[in-house]
Amino acid sequence: MGLLSKKDSKLIFDPLADNNPITIQVLGICSALAITAQLKPSIVMALSVIFVLGMGNVVISLMRNIIPSKIRIIVQLIVVATLVIIVDLVLKAFAYELSKELSVFIGLIITNCIIMGRFEAFALGNGPWRSFLDGVGNALGYGVILIIVGFFRELLGSGTLFGFKVLGDSVEKTGLYAFGYENNGFMVLPPMALIVVGIIIWVQRSRNKELIEEV
Amino acid sequence: MAINTEKNSYTVVFAVVMVVIVGSILAGLFMLFRPQIEANERFEKQQNILYAMGVNQNQGANDVVFIPTESVEAEFQKYITRQVVIQGDQVTENDQAFLIDVKKEATKAADPAYDRRLPLFEGSIEGKDIFVVPVRGKGLWDAIWGFVAMDKDMVIHGVYFDHKGETPGLGAEIKQRYFMDDFKGEGFLVDGNFAGIAVAKGNNDPKNLIKDDQEVDALAGATITGDGLSAMLKKDIRLYVPYFKSLN
Repeated sequence: MGLLSKKDSKLIFDPLADNNPITIQVLGICSALAITAQLKPSIVMALSVIFVLGMGNVVISLMRNIIPSKIRIIVQLIVVATLVIIVDLVLKAFAYELSKELSVFIGLIITNCIIMGRFEAFALGNGPWRSFLDGVGNALGYGVILIIVGFFRELLGSGTLFGFKVLGDSVEKTGLYAFGYENNGFMVLPPMALIVVGIIIWVQRSRNKELIEEV
Repeated sequence: MAINTEKNSYTVVFAVVMVVIVGSILAGLFMLFRPQIEANERFEKQQNILYAMGVNQNQGANDVVFIPTESVEAEFQKYITRQVVIQGDQVTENDQAFLIDVKKEATKAADPAYDRRLPLFEGSIEGKDIFVVPVRGKGLWDAIWGFVAMDKDMVIHGVYFDHKGETPGLGAEIKQRYFMDDFKGEGFLVDGNFAGIAVAKGNNDPKNLIKDDQEVDALAGATITGDGLSAMLKKDIRLYVPYFKSLN
């Protein structure tokens, strides 16, 4: 890639697969379970986290030399909290129904371990551009999993994608439903997210044996 | 750099400056977005009122779909013919009645000298006159509220319930179709006297076929939310009884 050096592009693309925050580092699981029953909230959540983590990493990186180390965790928390409140306000103003649906989970981005983890592990020791790439990369890695899980849960659980009835109408028995297909109501419930994430982890590790931990 | 970031005085100054900066950014943004957020809340209220009346876009057996935000104001004008504020014996027409904050009115009503303002929305749908009133009460964790649409004999035409933080899968189910639809056809009056409607366990009527028993089948695992809902209906709907009596 011409735009990014090899080292920089590693920052973006590593977390997408071989160092994925959800499937490899097992961080940020709680929100992955809670909001992925449909595709749309998954995407909004992914975008919100990309914004918060990208911006947050830049802000922390710019301040890294002036943050008193004694209160650095508190400073990091304030930065995340501020960005999250901004996201919350924007959603309330321009996507009210979605913000009701995501409700408390937007606020809970503050406690998403991925964010504090990247601040602490990367932004405090690197320049703003690299921190930005690292933040966006990790948030994308998180978002990709969210979107994959959301896709399967909405498709198999409700037979829709973005609310469109892609498999036909389950009440009128058209499309696939005419052949006796039924929605799997279990997919709508949070436990199935865990199972879908589990399947992704399984697929990922059987493709790349290096990821399997030694017992 | 010459700054000693380990000094206590530096830490304190840093913290203060940071809080001031962050505080002003957030306050500024809030001011900027406030008109839009308030408009959204207004639309939501109108959608809820219309939903209780039966003006919605439900299609399947389970979904709760409001009419779209863009058209809600026009639809509200169309279906709600009169908005009134009841204060004691006085009934005044007020086309901003839906903006009355039920929570604040209930707090003020603790003072016996205060005459509580009660909003009521009159409309007609399919040739039937419908009266919608707001209710507000306590669930298990936090506030629950809603709108009840009735005919002039206080028989329910439709309801909408919402909550702030009831347990997902249990108390939060009060805003599901299968629960809200059970209320249709239930009446608040028995022989002309107010009796309320209770969310009851073990009422031997799980499909809610008996409409004159003042009972709706409860949600399993949500006893306290259900009790709160019964109490809310009893407490808030009772306030409107004199007005309904005056209609007949």
